[in-house]
Amino acid sequence: MNYFESEDLKKFGDVGKFRKELMDKFFAYYNEVVGKDGALTKREKALIALAVAHSAKCPYCIDAYTTACLETGSSPDQMTEAVHVSAAMMAGITLVHAVQMDNHIEELGA
Amino acid sequence: MQALPILMTPPSESEFSFHEALREHDLHVRATRIETLQVNITKLCNQACRHCHVDSSPKRTEQMSLATVDRCLEILAKYPSIKNLDITGGAPELNPHFDYLVEEAVKLKTHVMARHNLTVTLDGNPVTKESKKYLPSFYAKHRVEVISSLPYYEEYFTDKQRGRGVFQKSLTVLKMLNEEGYGHENTGLILNLVYNPVGTYLPAAQAGLEADYKRSLREKFGILFNNLFTITNMPIHRFKEDLQRNDKYIEYMNKLVHAFNPGAAEAVMCRSLLSVGYDGKIYDCDFNQMLDMQISAREPATVFNFDFDQLSKREILFSSHCFGCTAGAGSSCGGTTA
Repeated sequence: MNYFESEDLKKFGDVGKFRKELMDKFFAYYNEVVGKDGALTKREKALIALAVAHSAKCPYCIDAYTTACLETGSSPDQMTEAVHVSAAMMAGITLVHAVQMDNHIEELGA
Repeated sequence: MQALPILMTPPSESEFSFHEALREHDLHVRATRIETLQVNITKLCNQACRHCHVDSSPKRTEQMSLATVDRCLEILAKYPSIKNLDITGGAPELNPHFDYLVEEAVKLKTHVMARHNLTVTLDGNPVTKESKKYLPSFYAKHRVEVISSLPYYEEYFTDKQRGRGVFQKSLTVLKMLNEEGYGHENTGLILNLVYNPVGTYLPAAQAGLEADYKRSLREKFGILFNNLFTITNMPIHRFKEDLQRNDKYIEYMNKLVHAFNPGAAEAVMCRSLLSVGYDGKIYDCDFNQMLDMQISAREPATVFNFDFDQLSKREILFSSHCFGCTAGAGSSCGGTTA
């Protein structure tokens, strides 16, 4: 058995096999948030989701939101920029923790 | 469970019955009128695009004869309720009778549309080397509605689908058309662009993408146009072969079937359009034409045995590729339908 087979994405709904009502609530919420234009367009939401998919390292989501970005009119340049936003944020998040390191260096009197 | 819009569960069947989809939704879709005569007058083209459903290229030789062109004009003259002549190909300008067809149809007060690939203006005829640089002024003189493919407002997608250098050439010709008055408000010279996806996905929403095209083409290149038509890639011929080669045909068909929209099915273009092949044979649409699905009642329909009343109310020949016209917001030669 392999992990993260793209065909397995089709089984996502099967997670509702047990405690179906919880997954129903998730899907309703998910559809409401991601599947409709709101204060953000579906296109903007898809680019955000693509960036999150990369930072959360979800292969299913990368496949799904690459398609979603293309189907909402984004270009590879725009999608790649979204991934760079994600990468820059992850780098910044890592680096800003160095403030904690520096604080602790100070505390230790080093 | 509600279906997710993006993380969807496609149907598992490998058979794609369009008739079954119509039955499931209690739809009885047949022709209602003939408003548009779409004539495919040549398969010759200066380009050989990756997704061309006509399999056009500089090597094709099929051309509509003058006798068949004249017969099409006779039909337009006899039935003025056929308001539109939609001329396509190949690159239709590469038929030697193209200018004559336009000029004569305009005299009949028929609204003339030309599916113009833009680059032919600069490339000329790949066989005779004849220049086609007169086309923008010719179109403007006869007030032809120009409909041109531009798969994206950036170079990458356009050249990937239509060949290296096509984007830059297209920009040059779009500027030439703008200089003739096309795309400007109040000139009445209509320039519409056509988007279709580069890969195995559905088109973006037409209105939003049109706004993106207009903003980008105007800001970056000073180019104006009127409307954007989004068209779904039809799973036939070159695109189907591409899908099958990459083992994506079933996946793409499942996507189309899953996105079946009854509203789009009721608005399919074949209800009000007839398609004529270079040899005069009549079909429900250009896609059926390429699949050789000729309309046939007592005998195979052609422009030479044209029966207006019968064709206006005909049963339409559907097949699995028709899911391409009914997915999502629908697809037609004039863009979305639902």
